[in-house]
Amino acid sequence: MSKLIPLSEAISKYVQDGDTVYAAGFTHLIPFAAGHEIIRQGRRDLVLARATPDLIYDQMVAAGCARKVIFSYMGNPGVGSLRIVRAALEKGEIEWEEYSHFGMISRLQAGATGLPFMPMKQTAATDLEQANPKIKRVTDPYSGEELIAVPALNPDVAIVHVQRADAEGNAHLWGIVGEQKEAAFAAGRVILTAEEIVDESVIRSDPNRTLIPGFIVDAVCHVPHACHPSYAQGYYDRDNEFYLEWDKVSSSPEAVKAWLGEWVYGVKDRDAYWSKLGAAKQARLQVEPRLSQPIDYGDY
Amino acid sequence: MSDLSYSSSELMIINAARMLRDGDVVFVGVGQPNLACNLAKRTHAPNLVMIYEAGVIGAEPARLPLSIGDPTLVSGALSVCSMYDIFSFYLQRGNVDVGFLGGAQIDRFGNINATIIGSDYQHPKVRLPGSGGAQEIAAWANRCYIMTPHQKRRFPEKCDFRTSAGYLDGKGGREAAGLRGRGPVAVVTDLGILEPDENGELALTALHPGKTVEMAQENTGWDLKASATLRTTDPVTERELRILREELDPTGMHLGSAG
Repeated sequence: MSKLIPLSEAISKYVQDGDTVYAAGFTHLIPFAAGHEIIRQGRRDLVLARATPDLIYDQMVAAGCARKVIFSYMGNPGVGSLRIVRAALEKGEIEWEEYSHFGMISRLQAGATGLPFMPMKQTAATDLEQANPKIKRVTDPYSGEELIAVPALNPDVAIVHVQRADAEGNAHLWGIVGEQKEAAFAAGRVILTAEEIVDESVIRSDPNRTLIPGFIVDAVCHVPHACHPSYAQGYYDRDNEFYLEWDKVSSSPEAVKAWLGEWVYGVKDRDAYWSKLGAAKQARLQVEPRLSQPIDYGDY
Repeated sequence: MSDLSYSSSELMIINAARMLRDGDVVFVGVGQPNLACNLAKRTHAPNLVMIYEAGVIGAEPARLPLSIGDPTLVSGALSVCSMYDIFSFYLQRGNVDVGFLGGAQIDRFGNINATIIGSDYQHPKVRLPGSGGAQEIAAWANRCYIMTPHQKRRFPEKCDFRTSAGYLDGKGGREAAGLRGRGPVAVVTDLGILEPDENGELALTALHPGKTVEMAQENTGWDLKASATLRTTDPVTERELRILREELDPTGMHLGSAG
């Protein structure tokens, strides 16, 4: 059964005020188009969970969508400070919950595999454990060793961008696959956006590449270029210039407001955003092909 | 003595690169650690295996990666896996030889703060990015290196917040806590190199050419001891500088200006 719907419909149907949202993607395949649609639709009081809030949550916090962030590295990757989330934390304007990367990812792993918590070995850096009461200790019933435990994270909704999916949501991803699969399996609802919608036969031609099966997906949206200024491996490059530019924009509330007005509220959808970027920028983000060697599954 | 001119950043990157051994599996960060690893790979350590926390194993970046998840790390890599896999199969299991760490504060016992400045976690004076992968890298990599400019505010007696473990409160702290890795075995600064003494306290073990013990002591927040076997680091070579400037970071993004 086809789950193909426009992104605006998917957000209005599956993202509610107050939801815990996990917009997946560690630097790669970050679903900016969905984040912008959430801003346009004026969602409020969201709990925004991501290992790296990245610019997508900086923009959503700036737009007033969030009451809380859950994270493990709050920086502008490769640039420096994530100014808006940082200021909101320093001023106590939003709540936060913090983990190490492994703690954060272990929470999703537990959520995705139906476990109540995930154990991790101790790191002896106990200050975060003291600051975050959700980080606890458990005893290994076999050896008696004390381990760290983090609780399962089961977001209300996960948003995952992929290179290609069929209309049912069977999805192929490649390149950095940080926590997309884990986020999808952990979440109650899954919104998939895809660079390409392909026939089921394309998915079936390479089943090892299918990280997300359609039967856990609620909506499939065809959104090319959904990740800018992040990237989609093999489709377009990361816009490093934009990450540097955001450092300047985000240092002034007026500039942020103007940017959101122009690039989020001022465009109808991702196609309009991509056109607005212009031919020169689009050309700079183009990438030359580098194909993998085909493999033979065998005809049995 | 060489009369080459180079920046503080170049001096640190080159000295950090020299500490890597051929065949090391290194958990690499972006910026200066990335340059140090790529320099080592192009000089004395061609079999270095670079792992990035985004889940890339055996990266051979064709361009300078700006972020930890740059697509250039993926194309041509040996393997790509999930974040859970990289932190569990690779790091927690003990398959990583070297980790690079940095932070706003490094204290007397090599503990690192990358979380907050101030004494109250809920009301920080300055909110820093947080651990990322550092907490686990510091605990579980076989050995860690830290690169940082030598400044008093970066070397307090005690960190405001302990994001990742060095030698905790001194000798035996890591062993008592059951950590598998050896911890920070060297801190490379623009003045010299600090290494833990038998009590786990960072002591000055080397000076770069032209730098003095007094300079290092003035810029350290505790009573920095100089090792009895204090040495001078080998001069920076023309070849190292050429690879850094021409091949690895042609726009000089992480190299600073020579002066």
